[in-house]
Amino acid sequence: MAGEFAIEMKDVLKQFVTPEGGILPAVDHVDMQIQDGEFFSLLGPSGCGKTTSLRMIAGFELPTSGSILIRGKEMSQVPAHLRPVNTVFQQYALFPHMTVEQNIGFGLEMKGVGKAERAKRVAEALEMVRLPGMALRRTKQLSGGQQQRIALARALVNKPEVLLLDEPLGALDLKLRKEMQLELKTLQREVGITFIYVTHDQEEALTMSDRIAVMNKGRALQVGLPEEIYERPADKFVADFIGETNFLDGSVLGQSGSTVEIDLPGCGLARVESSRTFTRGQPVTITVRPERLHLNEPFENGNNLKGRVEEVIYIGTDTQYGVRFSERHKVRVREQNATQAQKEIARRGDEVIVSFTSASPRLLTE
Amino acid sequence: MLNFFRGNKKRQLFGLISPGALWILLFFNLPLLIMLFISFAERGRTGGIASPVVYTLENYKQFFNACVSQYAGPQCDPFLYLGIFGSSVRIAFVVTFFCILAGYPLAYFMARQKPLWRDTLMLLVIIPFWTNFLVRTYALKTVMSGEGLINTILMNLGLISAPLEMMFNEFGVIVGLVYGYLPFAVLPMYTSVEKFDHSLMEAAADLGAPPSRAFWRVMLPMTMPGVIAALVLVFVPVVGAFITPDIMGGGKVEMIGTLINRQFGVARNWPFGSAMSLILMVLVLLGVIYYFRSSSEETRRAM
Repeated sequence: MAGEFAIEMKDVLKQFVTPEGGILPAVDHVDMQIQDGEFFSLLGPSGCGKTTSLRMIAGFELPTSGSILIRGKEMSQVPAHLRPVNTVFQQYALFPHMTVEQNIGFGLEMKGVGKAERAKRVAEALEMVRLPGMALRRTKQLSGGQQQRIALARALVNKPEVLLLDEPLGALDLKLRKEMQLELKTLQREVGITFIYVTHDQEEALTMSDRIAVMNKGRALQVGLPEEIYERPADKFVADFIGETNFLDGSVLGQSGSTVEIDLPGCGLARVESSRTFTRGQPVTITVRPERLHLNEPFENGNNLKGRVEEVIYIGTDTQYGVRFSERHKVRVREQNATQAQKEIARRGDEVIVSFTSASPRLLTE
Repeated sequence: MLNFFRGNKKRQLFGLISPGALWILLFFNLPLLIMLFISFAERGRTGGIASPVVYTLENYKQFFNACVSQYAGPQCDPFLYLGIFGSSVRIAFVVTFFCILAGYPLAYFMARQKPLWRDTLMLLVIIPFWTNFLVRTYALKTVMSGEGLINTILMNLGLISAPLEMMFNEFGVIVGLVYGYLPFAVLPMYTSVEKFDHSLMEAAADLGAPPSRAFWRVMLPMTMPGVIAALVLVFVPVVGAFITPDIMGGGKVEMIGTLINRQFGVARNWPFGSAMSLILMVLVLLGVIYYFRSSSEETRRAM
């Protein structure tokens, strides 16, 4: 349906009163549209407003101003129990005094679904999260991973319009978390329900999401596909938060067409492609990922900067080199250890040339 | 002396335990045995028991079938004392009910406050404990009596023409008992509510439960251990209460406690008083055991 989103946040503001009496905007005029069937992540550091946004969609918090539409219906002031969304809580929040079956059936019971129908759908839900035969267990008897799946089943059994997940994998160990990431993604594709996933783990967001909103200090800084967010970060915060990156401060010398020439004081010139226009003398920051930099493989039409290796860190698949150009400028370079020879490109103290194409970096302005 | 304990764990443990254990043995267990003994004896003329001791079951029979000598022979009423016991149980249930009804929201409210404010409120609940119970009950009397505060205000406002009879009846006794035992209900329920994870209420709401259903299905069952502790802590002493029924009832409301009290006082019938005390104890104990047997496993474990 044209113009109808699963969730639409319009100019949403949420202010909290701090204990000192000040006003803290936890969510600061956020606009967001989440499409039907999308796996959408809210990504950011703690305190960025991602959880508050999720809680406003769930109905646990009411926005100070602005509106939240669920399937085109204004819902920002509707109490939680009347909203067609379900939540998977960070600490699962399973009811400890009920069996697994009673937990999963709770939402259906509230809707007045009969006992027989309920039992059938609970069994299906358990099947879906691959925990059949667990119906009569107490939740305390289950492992963290199992509780996680029960929480998921308890939410999905209600066939919500949108499933909200608040860092659901945070309490699991790394290996189980990786497994669950893929499983969640597969499950989401199968059931076709819109997922809104809150996480502070950028790798998790990149792995699972169709689209990501990067948040900081209550604002949505950039909303886009994982590739967009990674390749074309909108600002310094996004570039820094998503993956590893290098920043080189300089100023614009000139621009011809889409090529911008930048002066990096103490280490020479760099040419960077950009679709934007810059003025001469404008301070800019070049941001470029470590894996886009190369050691001692000068490019004919690229940027080649001279530096000295300060550190060499071996990390299995890759080796990371810390290279200093000048007092102000330092980069990390990542080289894959595909062959034995590549492992030994440079040693600490070596003079090297760091190269990158003009299309690799992004130009950021303050 | 100290060498006796040095380096000997068993002796140290013995030394630490014995003061408390001796106290309980001497002043709780032993008197209970003495009471058991007295309850099977015949009464003495001026209190105490008849000497030489004559063993009898009369005191227990008396409770279940009270007989009084009349011109036309012994007149028996099997429900005289059982009736008083029954009304004591009924009053205790009413008092417990109101203590829990009033205490639960208070406990909830306190548990949801910020720590500093919470501690202040806690103190306000506990302070009455530090005031003499008798003084408190007399204070309540001055508020509720015929010329008391409430009646004076209502009369002066012209809302009533004659004083309300709020004392020397069951109403007065119940108000006095609820007033006296409310803190006993608040404290255990506070502990339970404070431990309750409030995100479970959000989970319930999220799954479509309106606040009232979330309360009945999630919060109340999960805080049940506190409610049951409150029930036991209020019900047991109230069944046997005698000061409050005495003052607030003015001798017109008979409870098992006042009856027992009288046996050791004016009636000078120690054996009958002892027998009634033991019957009360056993019946209350049976009641509590039955309650725990029939309540859920979880509640029992929490106690």
